[in-house]
Amino acid sequence: MSDIQIVEAPAGIEGAGFFATSATSAIDKAIGLGRSYSLWPLPFATSCCGIEFMATMSPHYDLARFGAERLSFSPRQADLLMVMGTIAKKMGPVLRQVYLQMAEPRWVMAVGACASSGGIFDTYSVLQGIDEIIPVDVYVPGCPPRPEAIIDGFMDIQKLVQTEALRRRNEPKYQELLASYGIQ
Amino acid sequence: MGKISNEDLLKKISDKFQDQVTPVGQPFGLLTLETSREQIIDVLSFLKNDAALQFIYLTDITGIHYPEQEKPIGVIYHLHSLVNNVRIRIKVFLADADVHISTATVLWNGANWMERETYDLFGVIFDGHPDLRRILNVDDMTAFPMRKEFPLEDPNRVDKKDYFFGR
Repeated sequence: MSDIQIVEAPAGIEGAGFFATSATSAIDKAIGLGRSYSLWPLPFATSCCGIEFMATMSPHYDLARFGAERLSFSPRQADLLMVMGTIAKKMGPVLRQVYLQMAEPRWVMAVGACASSGGIFDTYSVLQGIDEIIPVDVYVPGCPPRPEAIIDGFMDIQKLVQTEALRRRNEPKYQELLASYGIQ
Repeated sequence: MGKISNEDLLKKISDKFQDQVTPVGQPFGLLTLETSREQIIDVLSFLKNDAALQFIYLTDITGIHYPEQEKPIGVIYHLHSLVNNVRIRIKVFLADADVHISTATVLWNGANWMERETYDLFGVIFDGHPDLRRILNVDDMTAFPMRKEFPLEDPNRVDKKDYFFGR
């Protein structure tokens, strides 16, 4: 038997997600800052709001200024689901599936009157707002909203991202919200 | 102008079917006939296969609902003779409790989706259709939305409630 004495490792600095505990809130803020300026939006465009979004993406309005130039056309890598346009009831399960495929943390933006409330399509075949099937973080009014309004909504999302806890999905309030939509 | 006048067309059909087919009118020059569901496939088959008429193109099958009529549910066929450049419209009305009619898929494969749409929106049941299920609306819908007894608006709508407008 060896007589070598192995010294115990010093106590680690640990906390939510990272090896840092003394300043959890500061880490939250730093991570939130980083996340908010590299959001990968998934455009779910079905009608005229999608056209406005194209203008928003293009150089004149330039959504890339906000760190969102990388559109993710796969929900697996997307952070922000931007629903733009009328969602028919038949499209509802598809939209829900796309949302479910996104990894946490994820945010949802309902752009325009149709995605927010059904808009002018108060009829049996159209979903009266996507918040009937998935939780929504920011609603952008307008029919369709101008690119400035979409950018304003996007900046509201950024504010949310900066101020939210690092692991939003662990909060009881958030879990309750998801459970109310039948998502766990 | 078509190569066959509506009068000649009507005479030809009357000779074949006598009083089984009744002319309804010619709005905008479109000859419109009414027949019964027992006769409809025979009439369509005659129009399609007759050497002179050749109504080979099924433009549309659709439905209509007149709640005040004794037979409220209508099924409407639009045919087009591409050879003669003539169109014709045929209507069949069905009683509310018995909305069965023979399928036209035996004559045109294209009737498949048209009949599914008519079933989806009006609840007309096409006997002999190979795959009669909803096509436009969600599968779990219980209403036939184009019938007058079903409200057009979505009941889940909350921002149009009367109290928002002081009513």
